[in-house]
Amino acid sequence: MQFDPFVIPFNIGLYFIILYCVATCIVWFRDLSRTDKLRLQRGFFGRPFVWSIREIFMESLIHRKIIRINPVLGYMHMSLAFGWFLLIVLGTIEADIFGDSHLNPPYKAIFFRFFNPDHGAEGFARAYSFIMDLILAFILSGLMIAIIKRFWSRIVGMKKTTRLKTLDKIALTSLWLIFPSRLLAESLTCGAAGSGSFLTGSLGSFFAGFLPASQMAYPFWWLYSVSLAVFFILLPRTRYMHIPSELFLIFLRNSGVRTGDQHGSYTEAQVYSCSSCGICIDKCQLSSSAGINNIQSAYFVKGLKRNDDVYDISLNCLMCGRCETACPVGIELGALRMIQRRAGKAPEDMKMIWTGYMRERNQQISDKANNYIKAYKYLTSEIIDTSPDVLYFAGCMTHLIPGIASSMEKIFETAGVNYRFMDKDGSVCCGRPLMLAGKDREARELIQHNTSTIWSSGAKMLVTSCPICLRVFNESYHLDVEVLHHTQFISRMIGEERLDLKFLNQTVVYHDPCELGRGSGIYDEPRKVLYHIAKYQKTAFERENAPCCGGSLGNIRLDSRKKTIIASDALDDLTSSSPDYLITSCPLCKKTYGKVRKPDTPEILDIAEIVVRAISDSSRPEKLNNKKHQEEVIYLETK
Amino acid sequence: MKNFGFSSIKPRVIDYDKNNRTVLDYIMEHEPSFALCIGCGGCAATCSAARFTDMSLRKINILLKRGENDEVRRLINKCMLCGKCTLVCPRGVNTRNVIFLTQQAFKKLDNYAV
Repeated sequence: MQFDPFVIPFNIGLYFIILYCVATCIVWFRDLSRTDKLRLQRGFFGRPFVWSIREIFMESLIHRKIIRINPVLGYMHMSLAFGWFLLIVLGTIEADIFGDSHLNPPYKAIFFRFFNPDHGAEGFARAYSFIMDLILAFILSGLMIAIIKRFWSRIVGMKKTTRLKTLDKIALTSLWLIFPSRLLAESLTCGAAGSGSFLTGSLGSFFAGFLPASQMAYPFWWLYSVSLAVFFILLPRTRYMHIPSELFLIFLRNSGVRTGDQHGSYTEAQVYSCSSCGICIDKCQLSSSAGINNIQSAYFVKGLKRNDDVYDISLNCLMCGRCETACPVGIELGALRMIQRRAGKAPEDMKMIWTGYMRERNQQISDKANNYIKAYKYLTSEIIDTSPDVLYFAGCMTHLIPGIASSMEKIFETAGVNYRFMDKDGSVCCGRPLMLAGKDREARELIQHNTSTIWSSGAKMLVTSCPICLRVFNESYHLDVEVLHHTQFISRMIGEERLDLKFLNQTVVYHDPCELGRGSGIYDEPRKVLYHIAKYQKTAFERENAPCCGGSLGNIRLDSRKKTIIASDALDDLTSSSPDYLITSCPLCKKTYGKVRKPDTPEILDIAEIVVRAISDSSRPEKLNNKKHQEEVIYLETK
Repeated sequence: MKNFGFSSIKPRVIDYDKNNRTVLDYIMEHEPSFALCIGCGGCAATCSAARFTDMSLRKINILLKRGENDEVRRLINKCMLCGKCTLVCPRGVNTRNVIFLTQQAFKKLDNYAV
């Protein structure tokens, strides 16, 4: 039996973390809802399991998404994860083939060199230890990037890196120590025995030249074992818990489990799967423009993990979804924030979320729901009895930009649509702003009111000009009518050749509103319309990468000064190519950009407004006449 | 006594010593931009709820500053938080947060936690 006391710390750490992970998985599984349990059982014996294995390989080991976002950062993650994985797998095989017995305990593979110092002198064993050295070098190169990133994050293309707390720092130090101590321990052992390949062998013989290598190796083996043990034992309380949780999360997601509207196992697994990589921090405009550096998703999730009161953090967010689309782990960050907003401010004595998932808190909420008094009793039911084909809902924000509503009316008339303007005299809010403030019950009242109005009309299609309304119509209303945003409607009218548009000889850039693009996935229709009527110019901020205008109703806390900074930064970015028009399809974006517009920035138009300009011939000659008239006046005056 | 169709208006004094200004203090602490309000009434003019009720943020502003909270309590939950008032505010007051905080403050008052 090959044994030495220094393997004890490693063994304690390893068995602790294995037991902890198994226990956590059991607790999480137990707390899933019955349908989710069934999904998981079906997934385990079906395709989702295979997909999960594939996804775990591509995302948890290779880190494909991070490589796509930032190659250097991706390489760093890949070298540490994939390299360590290879080291363990190949190490186990090595110990099995070249060791003195088969089916060894795990520590034999990890400390193989200590027990077999003469291994790898010739033949196949020599080639094998070359591969092992190569993997170690691969990991160490990644570690070097990690250390550089920690102190000079700009070198690896990250503007900001996450701030750490004490436990994280200890865990990070132990992680950083693992591989250098392995390198030194192996090198010194190899140096004493005269074995080893290009890395451990040459470094070992170099040390053996002037150091007592055989005596010095032993403390480094201890260091290696202790740093592994510290890392494993601290794992559950640090961000490195993401390594085991992510595996479970990927399997849950592939089995079809989704974030609900309350905390539960799935949100818990998501929270623990966050590796605090900091990609969301770079994506957040509150960080890059407004200089707010404590509310980004990485910190929000960390706060959830630590059981802090994150209510205020959850409110200070534009809900633009940029972090969610960039998240390499695929955590549903928007949904997590909404859950927190709904839950409200946590009472002082809130339990640890991992022991009860705020069950008491949820109980309080449901108690309140039972004593709820209606807030909008003043809304009387409206009945539309003209039975139109299309119902047009402008939305609150559109009423601030009447040009959009009148353009839409003109489009309806030109296309010959039998429509009815549902909220011509001012609208009842769609309910999403209340939802974003965490007031779902109040929102439900408005939803009921609007639903009954829409149903009473008997229309087959509901067109709205506001992406905020569109999203809530699609997600929270149960309507049996087709809901379209006006970009979709116009694009359909063009497709059916009901709108005769001329080509405006002007360049346009398009800004994807958050709720329309990332929120509802509508990217193609507005572009199709714009290709039809103008010269479309691409920006560096197309589709998912579009900035938020900063005026979002998602953020309740942000003050107007910072909103202005975000808006003007986004406007500068979008109009850097100085096009003739900046086109957007959200009245709120238009209003926000309009507020910060400088005299030299191009005109900001809603897509409906530019379509109307492409229809009408009457307005343009008039303008030309005016100009001609002015020229004549100037001419006469100078005479 | 006959009053010949006339009625006398009761004398009304705004007594700052008696009125409860904790709600205002709570708002001022969390949303200092409320102090910028000039009472132009843009918010009240654009309000979605004002079409149906007597909801007016301008009125709420004055009442809060006087500490007359009962009327505020009656009005404040009529808001739909649609955010139009914030967009039209010429002084950049985050009116949506003011309303949100007022609602919160009343909830806290009910739980004796302000």
